[in-house]
Amino acid sequence: MTQKYLIPLTAVFLLFLVAYTGAGAGLGWFFGIVVPYLAVLAFLVGFVVKVMGWTASAVPFRIPTTCGQQKSLPWIKQNPIDNPDTSSGVFVRMLLEIFAFRSLFRNTKAAFNRNASNRIIYSWEIFLWVAALAFHYAFLVVVLRHFRFFTAPVPGAVQFLEALDGIVQVGLPGLFLSGVVLPAAALFLLARRLFDAKVKYMSRASDYFPLFLILGIAATGISMRYFTKVDVTGIKEMTMGLVTFSPVIPDGIGGLFYGHLFLVSILFAYFPASKLMHLGGVFLSPTRNMANNTRARRHINPWNYDVPIHTYEEYEDHFRDKMIEAGLPVDKKE
Amino acid sequence: MADEITPDELLDKIDYGTPSGDWMDTTKSVQIRPGMYCYAAKAESVETLGLPNARPWNPVEDDWKLPDDWQQILHEGIKERLERFRTFKIFMDVCVRCGACADKCHFFLGTGDPKNMPVLRSELLRSVYRNDFTTAGKILQKIPGGQRLGGNRPLTLDALKEMWYYFFQCTECRRCSVFCPYGIDTAEITIMARELFNLIGLNIDWIATPVSNCYQTGNHLGIQPHAFKDMLEFFVEDIEDITGVDCTPNFQKKGADILFITPSGDVFADPGTYTCQGYLILFQYLKEKYGLDVTWSTYASEGGNFGFFTSHETMKRLNAKMYAEAKRLGVKWILGGECGHMWRVIHQYMDTMNGPADFLEVPVNPITGTRFDNAASTKMVHITEFTADLIKHGKLELDKSRNANRIMTFHDSCNPARGMGLLDEPRYVINNVCDNFYEMPPNTIRENTFCCGSGAGLNAGENMELRMAGALPRATALKFVHEKFGVNTLGTICAIDRAALSTLCEYWVPDVEVAGIHELVGNALILPGEKERTEDLRMEPLPGCEEEE
Repeated sequence: MTQKYLIPLTAVFLLFLVAYTGAGAGLGWFFGIVVPYLAVLAFLVGFVVKVMGWTASAVPFRIPTTCGQQKSLPWIKQNPIDNPDTSSGVFVRMLLEIFAFRSLFRNTKAAFNRNASNRIIYSWEIFLWVAALAFHYAFLVVVLRHFRFFTAPVPGAVQFLEALDGIVQVGLPGLFLSGVVLPAAALFLLARRLFDAKVKYMSRASDYFPLFLILGIAATGISMRYFTKVDVTGIKEMTMGLVTFSPVIPDGIGGLFYGHLFLVSILFAYFPASKLMHLGGVFLSPTRNMANNTRARRHINPWNYDVPIHTYEEYEDHFRDKMIEAGLPVDKKE
Repeated sequence: MADEITPDELLDKIDYGTPSGDWMDTTKSVQIRPGMYCYAAKAESVETLGLPNARPWNPVEDDWKLPDDWQQILHEGIKERLERFRTFKIFMDVCVRCGACADKCHFFLGTGDPKNMPVLRSELLRSVYRNDFTTAGKILQKIPGGQRLGGNRPLTLDALKEMWYYFFQCTECRRCSVFCPYGIDTAEITIMARELFNLIGLNIDWIATPVSNCYQTGNHLGIQPHAFKDMLEFFVEDIEDITGVDCTPNFQKKGADILFITPSGDVFADPGTYTCQGYLILFQYLKEKYGLDVTWSTYASEGGNFGFFTSHETMKRLNAKMYAEAKRLGVKWILGGECGHMWRVIHQYMDTMNGPADFLEVPVNPITGTRFDNAASTKMVHITEFTADLIKHGKLELDKSRNANRIMTFHDSCNPARGMGLLDEPRYVINNVCDNFYEMPPNTIRENTFCCGSGAGLNAGENMELRMAGALPRATALKFVHEKFGVNTLGTICAIDRAALSTLCEYWVPDVEVAGIHELVGNALILPGEKERTEDLRMEPLPGCEEEE
């Protein structure tokens, strides 16, 4: 099923070419102004609609997945993070889940060998966790660094982050670590999809497309910074124009930048309709964000409705004679 | 079916390698294979509760006798559940197919069938969701090749049959959910899928008939009130033979302190029966020593709830009896026996569904004074919490040496482990009634525990190949401690386990026996006025008494 990854790969190339050539053909205003505005709008509206859609659904039962000892008797040591019974415990659990991917950290790999012992061997599988964490944090740093293009003066925090990101002080312009880590981690995640038979089998085009898109964004961005040397002053004039709602299209911004910007726009617009919404979903997942205290505090189901049950009276009516004969107590003797 | 496939043949089949190509192309070729599926629900069992489309049907026949508008029913059913369950909606939307869950499922590990990877099991339904319920899916439908590219598909009869086959190969154990970075719980998706199947009459008989029995007669096995009493009295006779003490229980006693509810499986089949005798001994001890009055009920004579494997509504209908009977009898609170899914239902659902239990008191152990604040609202306490508390306070006189022949390990049942977190209470009890306890490897216990392979209503006879394949990860871990430490007894706090693990042991690790924790308690507990015991509850000689045989 090569088309599962070839079509997304081709799509990303074509999208880049469309913007690259389009901007050259005098459509700079379209790719530099119209598309970014529409993309951000689609992102914001789409994200809000999706999250509102989730929150509109009820949470009828409190069903956390418990991953440690419950709180029960006072002398039994509870695991307050993996099996929290208070909201502060849940807060820590969610913090670790969101910022440290705690569940993924547990990952193991199973191997079965058909031999005398026929054992299934589980080994700790940390690479997915490392790559996922590296990918997400590098991405975050890249996004935050880009605030340089949307603020004047550039806030100290952004400058500090840049300094930190460029701490290795290699090359000129200085190498950003995130510029290495992000594509490397993305390539690892891609390689997993292509070469791990199980992951390949479960992967869809919609799993490859965002990876290619992000790799395309990274490639064009890195290329502009280190190799082709675009007109940064012109670009900043344009990006400032976008955030101040007085858009301008300065001359001399290369097609490469429009390609970069277009791929970013596509990512924004695509985000809410895709699996990338795990960004929002992770906060709302009821198996993680609820306290395991259902027996201590009643949870209310907003749509709880009455159901027909087989009452004791019906039961006794059915079995009365047999019950009396067996010496079982009954409510009505006759 | 276990007679047909040997352990070696089963092991030969395992291959974690994955076929090339697209799983969606294989939907048409899915064969509902004997040994891997359970028989269809009998019409009369479906009728008892007035559930839809009761009729005789057979999964291996082409015509499933579905209503004409089955697609419409399922479409409406999915829509309704997306609104009612945030879990369902989020789990349909956010999976990134990272594969962390893939090799966490005992059915995948035992069969190597890629559709038993939790992610693909869910994708079976998710692909339909994407097609019919998302904007992107609706747009892609209109583009040639778009559906394929998006991994979306319409709800065809083939897709339905594939879903049915694989959602009845999930035991709702939640192990995958532990590893999912978004907490996606395949159990929840399976619960939804089975609810949907029930809308068009596609339950399996091993669930539908117990549900029908439980509703009408009070328990899954359909034991009628007089027979239920007889069976317990039969145990009483056995116990009297062994201990010389009469442990006759109360039935439906109004004004008793505590109502005790346990799965009917323990009244019916070995080795659960020994656990049941353990309860009787414990209650007799507490009555004699401390005047605690416990009653059983033939009306609420089922702790388990196969309604949970049918639909939320059916679960509620069966569960309602517990509170109803506690109210009628006027007890202070409820004590629950050793059972797996029963405790998930009690812990995470009961109070919400059928509460508030404002006619009961916050459970207090009158003997120790311990207030069970963790059960302050639901007002139901797990027997190992109760017994652990008694032991901790030195209220039980125990003779560990009577279990000296038991070299124990403990199987955490899925639901108490991952739907509750009841991990150390049973271990505490075991360590106080028995000297030899060894844990299985850490990846296979506590929250990482492996299912017995027969939970969630799949403990039938006709799907034995599936069950034994699903049992493999548990069995290999057990075999490891059996060989390394000489473990000969697998302790458990689940009635389905007591049945299923016995079959597992017979098939995979023949020298290991299965025992409920309260069987060991029953052996160790020194009853006031008992004669010198020479036999354990299985009527086998106690350690040191062998020569007297």
